[in-house]
This record gives sequence, structure tokens and C-alpha cells, in this order.
Amino acid sequence: MPKLIPQDVADQIKSILADMKDPITLLYFSDGKCQTCVETGQLLEDIAVLNPKINLVVKDSVADADEAKKYDVRRIPGFVVLDKDGHDRGVKFSGIPAGHEINSFLAAIMELSGATPALDADVLARIRKIDKPVDIKVFVTLSCPHCPGAVQTAHLLAMHNPLVKAEMIEAQTFQEMSRVYKVSGVPKIVVNDKEELLGDQPIESFLNLIERL
Amino acid sequence: MFNFTIEKPKKPAASDVVYDFVALGGGPAGLNGALYARRKGLSTAVVAHELGGQLRNTHAVENYLGFETIDASELIDRYVAHVRSLEIPIFTQSRVIAVEKEDDLFVLRLEDGGRIRSRTLLAALGGSPRRLDVPGELRLASKGVSYCATCDAPFFKGMHVVVAGGGNSAVEAAMDLAKWASRVTIVHRSRFRADQTILDRLKDVKNVSVMLETQILSIEGTDRVESIRIRNKADGIESSIPADGIFIEIGTIPNSALFSSLVKLNDRGEIVVDGQQRTDCEGLYAAGDITEQPFRQIVIAAAEGAKAALAASAHLNMKGTR
Repeated sequence: MPKLIPQDVADQIKSILADMKDPITLLYFSDGKCQTCVETGQLLEDIAVLNPKINLVVKDSVADADEAKKYDVRRIPGFVVLDKDGHDRGVKFSGIPAGHEINSFLAAIMELSGATPALDADVLARIRKIDKPVDIKVFVTLSCPHCPGAVQTAHLLAMHNPLVKAEMIEAQTFQEMSRVYKVSGVPKIVVNDKEELLGDQPIESFLNLIERL
Repeated sequence: MFNFTIEKPKKPAASDVVYDFVALGGGPAGLNGALYARRKGLSTAVVAHELGGQLRNTHAVENYLGFETIDASELIDRYVAHVRSLEIPIFTQSRVIAVEKEDDLFVLRLEDGGRIRSRTLLAALGGSPRRLDVPGELRLASKGVSYCATCDAPFFKGMHVVVAGGGNSAVEAAMDLAKWASRVTIVHRSRFRADQTILDRLKDVKNVSVMLETQILSIEGTDRVESIRIRNKADGIESSIPADGIFIEIGTIPNSALFSSLVKLNDRGEIVVDGQQRTDCEGLYAAGDITEQPFRQIVIAAAEGAKAALAASAHLNMKGTR
């Protein structure tokens, strides 16, 4: 498949990725034929060649089912972003992060590589105090300009507390799941399958909801 | 296929750095303000959680001089590239949680704990979608009630949706939705306010119908939108339109909360400015949809940003602080 990212955009992304500090790994699961599996694989390849600190590992969702289970990758195309030590920090993407969502994808890479400013100390303290498992699903469409912010915030929470897992879900690829979760507007944020937030909310709104769980 | 807006991560300047001019907001007003300020020689920064402002909610722009039609994301890219070409730092990593004035300096407190200081400040945070304020609207938000056609249109494939509003945004949303929905009905309480050129194009879209002089009374449905209750203003007759969704495009409310303790707001929450975009707080300017000017247009917001920057430059020159 030809490259998905045009050269001018690739050049800009390369310049951003130049600030990466630590290496990261994109652990991608696909069966090579699902809806958008080929495109997602190509996008990840296009990004990975832009910086040697990005390590792309492609897994077969059937043959490597045990590994998919280990990383809790339940949907394909799907991938997790691992930190420099190969640790799963709860940052997951289900569906292709194209369109506006390229921004949350790049943000996840940069944040896990240690290239972004630290969080406010009070906010960080609240995140670290979370003492129960929190599963955050952020439903998006690729034409939604407000969605990457919500995904980025959810991923940030996950990076700073091992009990928090955060997943971007591209609603058009996972239509049945979107129906089950009654998604008709995005970004839709579902926490522990019962509480909901709408829109690109500040991190305090996420924390307020999580602290009420 | 890619709407690439992420910025290189930048740490806010150390707290001892003081800018001459900071534009708070990444839409046409803020970015054009920054451009003009920098060209005047002011040390300048842009602070914006999202770049593009309300341009991000639209597809094509057809009323910006020099472009017969341009994709909104391309126009944003051009704005940002132009600002970048002058090496103006753009801080997008963190939201502003407070704006304070300490002696003669404005201090922006960021979510990540950072501080940005400036001698003058441009308030250009634009607006957020205005609500209809009818029964059912909040309860069915994201259950068929939407404020972003570009975001949510794919969920209404083959369905019937209503668009509330009669301005350019409403008509453009209806035409965008018509590509997905089987049928679109525009409902507006008075006459169209949209440009005639857009209305002419609307006539060619076969699956859009129009109900003017019609008031929306409520949005009905149990778990999701099922119908819209309306009243015909001519005869007063009430009826229901079966619908799977409603897109509300009736303008914006100003994002002025951060400034409420610093400047005079009118009764709609808009910042009151004079002919040079000055507020009643010395050194604080406002431009675009956050102000009380009635015409919400890209070119007007951009022009107001320029006026604010020029006024700020003159103000600093007069004070002799640069």
C-alpha cells in the first residue's frame, strides 16, 4: 500500500518527533484484512519511519491472541503504546487515528517519550490518589476537531496511574459497539461502562467524575 | 485524510520572561492579533488549547476575500504557518485556568502549573454553541441532540434530522448533513439570515426541506431523540416532527468567564470594547466573537485582532515600556 501521509505533513510530524526523549513501542494487532486494518498498519509504518525512537511491532491478532489478551487489545485494528521499558501504560487506540485523531496519536507518542511538560502538582497528586480500576473509553469520529483533546486527557490519566486504562475508539469502525454504548455524539467518554462525560472536558472534570465512582 | 494541528511541545517561558503581547485564543482574532503584534516588534505569544477557533466546526469557507472557496482546515493551516513564520511561540499544551492582573502585568495561570506574563493581553476565546433552552435538550444531549455537524453527521446515516437555526452555520450544517441523512429539515423561528449565495446552493439539495417562522418548543424522546415539538408562528398550531436527531446551530455564547472579574461584560456576557478593541481594563483588549460586535464573521474577527494589536503597540509605545 502506498504511503498515507503526504510528504509535507510527514516533514512537519518529523520535526515534532525530533523532540522525543525516550524510545517508545507501538504494539499493533491486526488480522491484515479487517476494516481499516491495512490502512492502520500503513499509518503506523509511515509514522515509525520518521524517528528511530519509534519501534513498531506488528502482531497477528489470531496467532498472537495470548499477547493481545495480555495487553487487553479486544478490537482490531488496535494498538497500545509502550514506554521505554516496554511497559504498558494504559494507552490504547482502537481504529485508525487518522483525520483529526492524528493529533492524539502524536500526543501519546510525545508524552510517553517524556517530551512534554509535567502536569500541575495538584492534578498529578489527584491522579495518583486514584485507588480503584478505571476504564475510560473515548468514542471519536475522524472528522471531530474536539475529540483529540478528550483522548489526550484520558491517555494522560492512564500514563500517571497504573489503575487507569484509556482507549480511543473510532466509532465508524466499531459501529456495533457504538450502538451498544448509544453513541450519537462525540467525543463521548464512558468511564467504567456506567458514567459518561460529553465533549472535550478539562482534566478536572475527568477527576471529579472518577473520584465520585 | 489528516487534520494535523499538533504543535511542537513548548514549555511556557520561565516566569521571569514578560511578553509585550499575548493572544489568548487560537482563532482568526487571536492569530491575526499575534501576527500584527509581532510585525510591530512586540515580543508575542499565542496561548490556545485548540487552533482555529470556530473554524474547526466548519468544512468550507466561501466569504473570505481572496479565496472563492477554501477548506476550513486549510485556512487554519495557512494561519498557523503564517504565525509560525514569524517565530511566534504557540502554547497549546495546557489550558488556561485563570487570568489575573498583578500590578501592570497580566498573568495567565496554566493547568500544568505554568505561568505566562504579559504587558498587554488580547482576549480572543470566541464562543461556544448557544443552546435552544427547550425541554429535552439537556437530557438528550449526545442522544440525538448535537451542536457539531462535522463531528456527528456519520451517526445519522439514512435518518431524518432537524437543523435548528437560520444563519450561514445552520444552512451549511444542513447541506453537510444531507450527505449522510436521508432527509434534513431546517426549522427556524424567523426568516433566513444566511447569505443569499448559500441559500441559492441550498435549493439544489433535494433532501433538505425548510420550515421558517416556526418555533421549537421541545425535544421529545425516551432514550434518544424521537420527535421535535414545534409551533407555527403564523397560525399558532402545534405539531410534532418525527426525527432521529437535532443539530442546534443558533449562534454562540461568549467564552468570557476567565475575564469576568477584570472587564465590563454586557448582559449577554460579551466583553464591552471601544473602537480600538480596548476594554475598561488598561492593557486588556478583546476581539472576535467574545465581544459585543454583532456580526460573527471570520474576516471581522481577524480584523479586530489586528486592531487590538495595533492599539496595544501604541499603548506600549506611549507608556515607554518597550
